[in-house]
Amino acid sequence: MPKDFLQHVKPEYDVVVIGSGLAGLTAANVLGRAGHRVLLLEQHYKLGGLATWFRRPGGLIFDISLHGFPVGMRKSCRRYWTREIADSVVQLKHIRFDNPMFSLTTEFHRQDFTRLLVTRFGIDPRTVESFFDTARGMNFYDDQSLSNRELFERFFPGRGDVVRLLMEPITYANGSTLEDPAITYGIVFSNFMSQGVFTFQGGTDRLIALMRDELLRNGVDIAIRSDVEAIRVAQRTVTGVRVGGREIQARAVISNANLCDTVQRMVGARHFDRDFVEQAAAVRLNCSSTQVYMALQPDDLLDESTGDLLFSSVAPAFQTDLLLSRHITSRTFSFYYPRTRPQARPQCLIVSSTNARHADWATLSAEEYAASKQNLIETTLDALEKYVPDCRRRVAYVEAATPRTFARYTRHPGGASFGTKFEGLAVSRGLPEQIRGLYHAGSVGIIMSGWLGAINYGVIVANDVDALLTHTASTSHPAGSILAPES
Amino acid sequence: MTPVEIREEILDILSDIAPDEDLSALQDDVAFRDQVELDSMDFLDIVMELRKRYRIQVPEADYPQLASMRSTVTYLEPIMKDMQRVS
Ligand SMILES: Cc1cc2nc3c(=O)[nH]c(=O)nc-3n(C[C@H](O)[C@H](O)[C@H](O)COP(=O)(O)OP(=O)(O)OC[C@H]3O[C@@H](n4cnc5c(N)ncnc54)[C@H](O)[C@@H]3O)c2cc1C
Repeated sequence: MPKDFLQHVKPEYDVVVIGSGLAGLTAANVLGRAGHRVLLLEQHYKLGGLATWFRRPGGLIFDISLHGFPVGMRKSCRRYWTREIADSVVQLKHIRFDNPMFSLTTEFHRQDFTRLLVTRFGIDPRTVESFFDTARGMNFYDDQSLSNRELFERFFPGRGDVVRLLMEPITYANGSTLEDPAITYGIVFSNFMSQGVFTFQGGTDRLIALMRDELLRNGVDIAIRSDVEAIRVAQRTVTGVRVGGREIQARAVISNANLCDTVQRMVGARHFDRDFVEQAAAVRLNCSSTQVYMALQPDDLLDESTGDLLFSSVAPAFQTDLLLSRHITSRTFSFYYPRTRPQARPQCLIVSSTNARHADWATLSAEEYAASKQNLIETTLDALEKYVPDCRRRVAYVEAATPRTFARYTRHPGGASFGTKFEGLAVSRGLPEQIRGLYHAGSVGIIMSGWLGAINYGVIVANDVDALLTHTASTSHPAGSILAPES
Repeated sequence: MTPVEIREEILDILSDIAPDEDLSALQDDVAFRDQVELDSMDFLDIVMELRKRYRIQVPEADYPQLASMRSTVTYLEPIMKDMQRVS
């Protein structure tokens, strides 16, 4: 008989969390710690969602989405996870750009950007300051009609090189383009570019293992290989989920799965207002990715001045649509030095990433697909040669992933790497107004994506759920219990 | 709880949230944001902590009331006046 992954699962919980991406994990942890009975269900055999890794013979471990995140991770990990996790968040010091317009290395914070913009790009310091203040001061409630392009045009008219410096990293970080609302840039900027780029010491596998331990300490039940088939709703109120042919009751459900999939398939459009379903269907997904994973021979160590993150491009100018093209001219290289995983044999790994359109890969025949993948590998090695001389001889292992790979492993339609465009946030936040007890937490709206965005959004939604559960608890008791809170 | 006790309670919550900040010189009429490094997640933590300790629900629309110490105490006073301190 196959193993029953739901064996230890109880028939009823306060909250069921569907999906163990960083938003799902964090929401489950915050709610478990607050004393609620929480069940976390994950369809894959690993926790982490897109925060994932894979192993290859010879002790190789490749990280998929550990390229860099903002300093805020440290605080969020300390607050909503553990000090041990927070203390493993370390800064990457060599962020490098190399393109036909400029080549430079930066520590990627406001001060260093200001220095570069003034000394290398000849921009008036007052303009730089006023741009950074404007970006930092933007918030969610500001005008959404201003686009990134207009924002840059206002401060740096005709300066494609400046736009490239300020925008290219964000485009890689969350798929946003010059057409997206400027507030998304402002919010991401104030998180991301103001205080450097950080990584997790020990790799994604260590992070997720530590998170799993903490969830168990906080009493969260976890089931892997548990694909949720339906979210049960009666009279516009969540009643539970159906998983592995079993019904589990819950007062609240948080879906960390794709937003559209949650509405259309797991709940079913008939349970929502018609215009809400239309609004949800109109949400645009973000782009997908390609990646090439390369390992140098053990003990063939690169000098760290090669960079931690390298934004490389041969395109003469920065155009967001070019970044999606299968004719790749721009790549981000992540270099992993032995200090990333101090416990393993000293070895350097390199992951090259690009943004990509699923549609460009979806229709290829098996042969065309294999050839395109091989081409992706060859052109990546060609591009790497400039930074790692003689790399074809030095690379001991190489493998590629495409939008089709991401779609297959993540279940995100179109292999979307960074959730949805801006409008997805309103739909995600609107779910509980449609159906009591139904929530979504996961990459949406550009600003809630990435490791930090997903973690923080998990906390925001956990707060809503905690309010719902606490509220029902206090109204079902005599009014006096409000005055004598349990502690 | 008296306004003075409410103020102390808020200070206690803030010292958990921003352990590296010196809160002894906090000015009640000046926005927290202008004196302490607080972001929107920190404000959310204040809301969660109030719920945990006192089962107080601060709806999202009321978050702006938590801008400064003075406005926070004024906002919480009618809600907390009959409560006992828990910590
Ligand atoms: C190539 C790439 C590189 C990236 N690089 C970075 C980076 O350097 N820095 C950064 O900050 N971010 C990066 N990101 C983005 C970041 O990884 C994501 O934004 C974040 O991890 C998403 O978390 P999430 O909570 O939204 O959920 P996801 O990671 O999308 O997880 C959703 C989970 O739900 C599960 N699920 C779905 N349906 C069901 C169901 N029916 N039943 C049970 N479980 C289900 C899935 O299996 C999955 O585990 C990158 C992403 C990609 C693809």
